[in-house]
Order: sequence, then structure tokens, then C-alpha cells
Amino acid sequence: MLFGVVIDFIRRGLLKEKYSVLWLALCVAVMVLAVKRSILDTIALKLGVSYPPSLLFLVAFLFILLILLHFSVVISILHEKNKILAQEITMLRHIVKQGRDAGTSSAPESLE
Amino acid sequence: MTQNTTPKILVIIPAFNEEETIASVITDVRTNVPEAVILVVNDGSRDSTAAIAESLGVVTLTHPYNLGFGATMQTGYKYARQFGFSVAVQVDGDGQHRADQIRRLIEPIIYGTAQITIGSRFLDGGDYKPSLARSAGMAIFSKVVSVILREKITDTTSGFRASGRDVIAYYCGHYPDDYPEVEALVLLHRKGFRIMEVPVKMSERGGGRSSITPTKSAFYMIKVLLAIFVDLLKK
Repeated sequence: MLFGVVIDFIRRGLLKEKYSVLWLALCVAVMVLAVKRSILDTIALKLGVSYPPSLLFLVAFLFILLILLHFSVVISILHEKNKILAQEITMLRHIVKQGRDAGTSSAPESLE
Repeated sequence: MTQNTTPKILVIIPAFNEEETIASVITDVRTNVPEAVILVVNDGSRDSTAAIAESLGVVTLTHPYNLGFGATMQTGYKYARQFGFSVAVQVDGDGQHRADQIRRLIEPIIYGTAQITIGSRFLDGGDYKPSLARSAGMAIFSKVVSVILREKITDTTSGFRASGRDVIAYYCGHYPDDYPEVEALVLLHRKGFRIMEVPVKMSERGGGRSSITPTKSAFYMIKVLLAIFVDLLKK
């Protein structure tokens, strides 16, 4: 179900492919484990998990942690880029204003 | 060009809602360092800070929204680089830093003995007496930074500093976001810049309030120390 929603979001341009990879991976992993009981049971046995379905939740939980961490990284990068843009706008605004003022009177400080 | 004989000096005044003090800070700088260009970086103030600065005829840059202190200083340094200033001095907009001390800060940079100077309130019998909690915090920073730099730095949180061309260029690429003073020292040291402390006198704050309130102090300390240790792990 979630898989379908993610695909639909990408199709409608609400979600960039770049940010959907982890979601799709989560869907596939959980789906495979839920449908193929034998795989889940073998992994649970190997890891010493006594109740196999709880492994399903563990996998989903780890994926969600990974997605959250990924988002934090993305937000940090966006924050930095946003700051640089704002500083650039500040500077451009100043230069434009200075150019406008220079048209009416002599420039107060030379641009060189 | 006359740059070799007369250095181009830029005084950067970061300001966020400093309408009470900004005018006196500007006049103070203008009287004491008449040859310097004064730049007010207004970090999206909601009061008349920008209007006052503009009416006094100083260069005023206004952020479209509040970007924080680190970004405000960086905007100033970006301006300094763009317009080829050889020395940039940071003077707070709250009147704490005295303009008659600016020359002591810029001289070592002009003569090439240092690339960045820090105005220290503690050197040479400074009469600065911070509260107990604050002086404890400052002592810890001083210890940590002095160990890392293998050089005694007495006043690590001082924002009264002057930087030369290379430091200005470095700041344009790397400047810590919040409470940048302490962290910047460590970053500069790692890049091998020559740091020098200069004794200065400071005034009590003329108005406004410290960016560091008592409740935030502990959080501030942990954050800065963490940032320093992360910086040490980098590269």
C-alpha cells in the first residue's frame, strides 16, 4: 500500500526520486519479509529472535531511523545553501541600491 | 593603488535590534577611526536599527530575515572580501567595544605580526570582573582553547577582533553559525593562522542584552565544547 502511495507521489511530482529510495527500500524489505514467512523465520532464528514477526518491526524501525537521519543531513545542507542565498541577496540588494543612488548623486563610496 | 601605504579598513557592526545603541557606536567609531569604512549588518531587525544606520550615512546591509549571529558576521566578511578591504574589525552594536581601542587591534595586522587579533579584557590588568558563573565558563573555554592551540588565550569569548586579508577570505567559506567566537579560534589555529591577543578596555553594555542569558549559558557551553571537539575530529 505504502509502496503504491510513494510511487504515486513521485509520479505527481510531490516527491523527488532522490528522497524516495529509502522509502521504497523499506517497503520492499517489509513486504518480502511479511509475505515470505520462511525468510523471516530463518533470519529470526539466526539472530536469535524468539518471536519472528517482531523482527519485521525491527527492520521497519531501523529503516525509519535511517530515513530520519537522512532527512537531518538533507536539512543541514539546505540550511547552509539557504544561508548563502540570503547573504547573496543581501549583497545584491545593496549593490542595486548603490547603483540607483549613484544615478541621482555622486556615489558615497567607490565600487572599483 | 594606494593599498600598500594606506590599508583599507572595514569596521563591521553586526546589529540585531540595537536601536538604542547603534548611533553612539557609529559616532564613536567615526571619531576614533575616521579613515575606516563602517558597515552595519542588520540581521533582520524589527526596530529602527537599519533606518538609524542609513541616516548616519554608513553602509548598511540588511538580511531578508534573521539569519543568526554567525551568518551576520560572515556577511560582513564577504563584503570585506568583495570590496578588497585589507583589515576587518568586528565591533558589537551594543556599545560594549570601545572604538578608541580599535587601533591597538589593527596595528599588529597592518605590520604583519598577526593575521587575527583578539581584544582581551583580562590581559595587562584589565579590570573586567564577570559574574562567578560566567568567569568559571570563560576559564574553562580559556583552558580548553589554550591546550588545543598550545598558546595562552585569556579571553576566548571576546568578539572584539580584527582580521587580515587571508582570514577574511577563510571566513567567507567557513564561519560557525551560533556563538562563533570560541570555535572560530580553533578553526583558525588548524589552518595555521597567526593569532594574537591584545589587551583592550571594554565598557559595560550600553543597552540591549547579552546574547547569552543565564539559562542558556550551560547549553551554550556544552554546544561550543561539542563543536570544538567535532572540529578536532574533522579532516
